[in-house]
Amino acid sequence: MKIHIKNGRLIDPKHGVDTRADLFIAAGKIAATGSAPAGFQASHVIDASNCIVCPGLVDLAARLREPGFEYKATLESEMNAACAGGITSLACPPDTDPPLDEPGLVEMLKFRAMNLNQARVYPVGAMTQKLEGARLTEMAELRDAGCVGFSQADAPITDTQVLVRALEYAATFGFTVWLRPQDAYLAKGGVAHDGFVATRLGLPAIPTSAETVALATILLLARETGARVHLCRLSAAESLAMVRTAKAAGLNVSCDVGINHVHLSETDIGYFDTNYHLVPPLRGLRDRDAIRAALADGTVDALCSDHTPVDEDGKQMPFGESEPGATGLELLLPLTLKWARESGTPLSQALACITHQPAHILGLDTGHLAIGHAADICVFDPEATWKVEPGVLKSQGKNTPFLGYEMQGKVHATLVDGHVVFEAGKNGPGQR
Amino acid sequence: MTLNPQLNKDGALKHLLTIDGLPRAILTHILDTAEGFVSVSEQEVKKVPLLRGKAIFNLFFEPSTRTRTTFEIAAKRLSADVINLNINASSQSKGETLLDTVDNLAAMQADMFVVRHAQSGAAHMIARHVAPHIHVVNAGDGRHAHPTQGLLDMFTIRKYKGEFHNLRVAIVGDLLHSRVARSQIHALTTLGVPEVRVIAPKTLLPTGVEQMGVHVYHEMAKGLKDVDVVIMLRLQNERMRGALLPSAQEYFKYYGLTPDKLALARPDAIVMHPGPMNRGVEIDSAVADGKQSVILPQVTYGIAVRMAVMSILAGN
Repeated sequence: MKIHIKNGRLIDPKHGVDTRADLFIAAGKIAATGSAPAGFQASHVIDASNCIVCPGLVDLAARLREPGFEYKATLESEMNAACAGGITSLACPPDTDPPLDEPGLVEMLKFRAMNLNQARVYPVGAMTQKLEGARLTEMAELRDAGCVGFSQADAPITDTQVLVRALEYAATFGFTVWLRPQDAYLAKGGVAHDGFVATRLGLPAIPTSAETVALATILLLARETGARVHLCRLSAAESLAMVRTAKAAGLNVSCDVGINHVHLSETDIGYFDTNYHLVPPLRGLRDRDAIRAALADGTVDALCSDHTPVDEDGKQMPFGESEPGATGLELLLPLTLKWARESGTPLSQALACITHQPAHILGLDTGHLAIGHAADICVFDPEATWKVEPGVLKSQGKNTPFLGYEMQGKVHATLVDGHVVFEAGKNGPGQR
Repeated sequence: MTLNPQLNKDGALKHLLTIDGLPRAILTHILDTAEGFVSVSEQEVKKVPLLRGKAIFNLFFEPSTRTRTTFEIAAKRLSADVINLNINASSQSKGETLLDTVDNLAAMQADMFVVRHAQSGAAHMIARHVAPHIHVVNAGDGRHAHPTQGLLDMFTIRKYKGEFHNLRVAIVGDLLHSRVARSQIHALTTLGVPEVRVIAPKTLLPTGVEQMGVHVYHEMAKGLKDVDVVIMLRLQNERMRGALLPSAQEYFKYYGLTPDKLALARPDAIVMHPGPMNRGVEIDSAVADGKQSVILPQVTYGIAVRMAVMSILAGN
């Protein structure tokens, strides 16, 4: 299939491209930009007037809920949501049921995802069996089955000797270890940031030290073992300062933040609104501002959706008993654009946080628009607005702190491997 | 959701969920209304027909004797039909969700739910969920709020001290876990008490408590000096197990209210406690039963205050 994307503003952050040019796709790859290759006859034309044409988005944290939580979401529903959000590659954490700790499970997930023929799915394998933090998984086998890294999801390893062993073993093979720093004891029982809002609402709290103490441990052990560590969903100003220092010292670490934490703080919880019950908790305004600053100065490598679809029953409970998480696949792009607009960050720099920079963390040569490369493309209208409503979201999870918000930036088309997997007006939010 | 969920569009009280954010005029109106109900409890026939025909459900998802009983008495003195439900022992233990339970009871033509729950915000959630004609009174949710206790404390203070604007009030003990303390602080600051002190070891103080408008003390000798009101908080035994305190003995030595420590307060200071008391842990019997103690009048006034709240919410 040959596709001609015409009249768009082409932005490729990795190669510093920002120009108005047509894009030509043939045999699943980017054939040319600017002028059509000789003899190119498009079988499908996408009019990208008023649109930006950029690499397909790469999301480092999307829970697809399969296997085990199909009542919350299915692979199919969430892949549809990803494509509607312009996401062409996504990494899924291992906290499924059972966890992704056996090669067979990973192969099955990859196979099921491949058959859906939509976004590319990159499983992150469990570091320890059943995520129990006691015995290492067969990491090399899991890598052969398709895992791109190893993680404990939100189940911290309390036994630091096990953590050291996991880092050493991963370093043996050059695997990246994905860790969300959280001291299990300091965070025990908490559901909100340990600040004035939790005090006023009487919510059990999680101090920032729960993150920084664990982060300090991880950074020291990363240095000692030489493991490559990706730090997931940092939430505190002090954490970002620590990562900044570690990077300056040459430590092999990268980090991401969740898109909700770029815009929200503890005060948004209001009167116990469970849509704001997230992991890690929404922290103070100072932390939110530090996240934005760290994104701007490059300390933060990637923005992710931290997509965690939760069914209605999981949210219709008192705050402390409710299930944390929010849907995010369809909000990753507009919330990134919102941050860019509000902070004055150049669009290309903002898009880098959701394209080639996360791709680099995944170890993939994707998230850019080089000629001859797989045509994973996102075409979006940066000015178009839409309202976040349950009926508009394709994800089975309808809960997000941004319900009812007006979003600016709407995906017009998504291509994976040169195939159109989403086109507004046909199966996207644009037609509703 | 930024509007105060306990007020209707005219700013009148629709639910009583927390004292946080309530205007002073509403607090004063409740206290003034309660004045009229004190005498009802002293009559031979302790009943007025204000809520005749109304169905009030006491939904206690957490054990309680004192609070539930005073709500029940208050409702009966207003001539309402009262149904007491100990939910832990029934539906919830069979797996029914909180809102399913509420829906079922609402279908029984409830007019008011009095809710106690172990989770902060449970009463807010129920208030958001119920039909507009149903009122919700928070009888204690997690660590968050216990507004009628806060109001009855204010009623008691006003009875004994007359005014709020010239008082120093000290709250002593486990503020971290105390819904009562949070409600007291909001009530005291809203009613214009110029100096509210909290006294506790750091392990029993929540982060940023100063932002609620209180002065923090860690020593009884300094914190109690010249105060007009001393409010002691109950210390739950399980706090000893959580490494928050080394022992009940040490706690009593440094933070228990004894006659010696009370002598640091003003001579006419009153001593309050929301009950039930741990004698010899947070309060000495000589103080609890002493002439400055107003702990039992608090209980009596609690009925009048709860009558006031219920009548204001459902009386029309």
